[in-house]
Amino acid sequence: MSPTQPTLFRLPPAAQCQLDDEGRLRHFLTIEGLPAALLEEILETAQSFHTASDQAARKVPLLRGKTIVNLFFEASTRTRTTFELAAKRLSADVLNLDMATAATTKGESLLDTLRNLEAMHCDMFVVRHHQSGAAHFIVRHVAEHVSVINAGDGRHAHPTQAMLDMFTLRQHFPDFGSITVVIVGDILHSRVARSEIQALRTLGVGEIRVVAPRTLLPREAASLGVVPFKSMEEGLAGAQAVIMLRLQKERMHGSFVPNEAEYYQFYGLTRARVELLAEDGIVMHPGPVNRGVEAESAVVDGPRSVILKQVRNGIAVRMAILSMAMRSHSW
Amino acid sequence: MSSHEKVDVGAVLAHLGDSVKSFLTTRGIALPVFVGIHTGGVWVAEALHAHCAVAEPLGTLDVSYHRDDVGRTGVRPLKPVRMPASLDNRHVLLIDDVLFTGRTTRAALNELFEYGRPASVSLVVLVERPGREIPVAPDLAGMRLELGPEDRVKLQGPDPMELVISRPNDSLLEEPAR
Repeated sequence: MSPTQPTLFRLPPAAQCQLDDEGRLRHFLTIEGLPAALLEEILETAQSFHTASDQAARKVPLLRGKTIVNLFFEASTRTRTTFELAAKRLSADVLNLDMATAATTKGESLLDTLRNLEAMHCDMFVVRHHQSGAAHFIVRHVAEHVSVINAGDGRHAHPTQAMLDMFTLRQHFPDFGSITVVIVGDILHSRVARSEIQALRTLGVGEIRVVAPRTLLPREAASLGVVPFKSMEEGLAGAQAVIMLRLQKERMHGSFVPNEAEYYQFYGLTRARVELLAEDGIVMHPGPVNRGVEAESAVVDGPRSVILKQVRNGIAVRMAILSMAMRSHSW
Repeated sequence: MSSHEKVDVGAVLAHLGDSVKSFLTTRGIALPVFVGIHTGGVWVAEALHAHCAVAEPLGTLDVSYHRDDVGRTGVRPLKPVRMPASLDNRHVLLIDDVLFTGRTTRAALNELFEYGRPASVSLVVLVERPGREIPVAPDLAGMRLELGPEDRVKLQGPDPMELVISRPNDSLLEEPAR
């Protein structure tokens, strides 16, 4: 999506529709507006599903008889497959619809697609869409019993990515109040950055820094509760975690970034820069990584990198969110 | 009129512990695995585990995600689950505080079998009461309480461990049959 493309779907100011009357999760669309207690409950529930890497994965029957549709209008490997594994470990039936090649390209409208899926008694839609607000739009138009999980919408939100990153951070730093987290890269266009910042703030992280070229920093950065830095060296100094954002190739065509080499020179995470982090500091990246653009290969594979741990944690965190959102409905 | 009664379970537990010992001897089980069901079942299992001086560490299960009523109660974080790496060919003593409808036992059995194929599973409960909804019977029970469908019994603990028995419709003030 180019930044000038209009947003089709109206975004509600806060996501009240995410919770039911008793404050339990019904849909999961954005971190914004969710209470800290609910985020903590997601993390604790995820811990219950978490298995060590040397343990065999166990299935639980929580979503037996439920059908979950992965409705992906935008390419994804990690997010879609971990959602699929999460649903299968909860004993749900899973449909994967690659909407890029599906009926919508034959002219069927999104609403008609939804009606057809409802007719098949689907219980939950996991949605990724290139337009901001797509998941909210679907919530407004689906049947009452259907839950909607946002797996990334335009530049707006990617809340499950944020929660799995919070889970990974917690494993290393149980006391959020005392840590500094740095987010590096395209803050302006990144749904990941937006959701991460909201989650970090809600959970009371000591200091949140962002490092980005001025063209990729939102003008309202200060009001997001983050401290902006233009220099990597200053931004990384003494931090416990750095979250690298993917530099989307499509941004290269605009005037946002001169070229990959220059970006790497100023904002690439090199081995030397990693040494500026706190002694126990970790390197995170939501993937996919452009090696040699956002980070040096040796850093991606290095001892500080928790990138593959993030992927594995994604399964437990998504199991927690799927099972918590589903429970609010009749059984 | 309702009644409310607290019963100390020390003597019942000691007696049950002896019964477990002779049960293991009779069955020729030398290396049992004790598994307690959260929450009350773990307290009972800890007591029996100590009483019988079992070598294998105590296993604990939280069966919440295997219950058939989880849709009503909601998904909550689990209490710590500790299990041996595999239950293959092991003799398991599944331990709970109260056997009522049998649904907890069913959920626990389902979860147990995720850890392998035990040689046998025996059910040990502190209290057995009427109200079974599925065909489950204990191999050993510390005591039997003749309670009506509206009556409740709950184990409080872990120290001291006490049974709290409430009878909301008790107008006759009968003594429970032991």
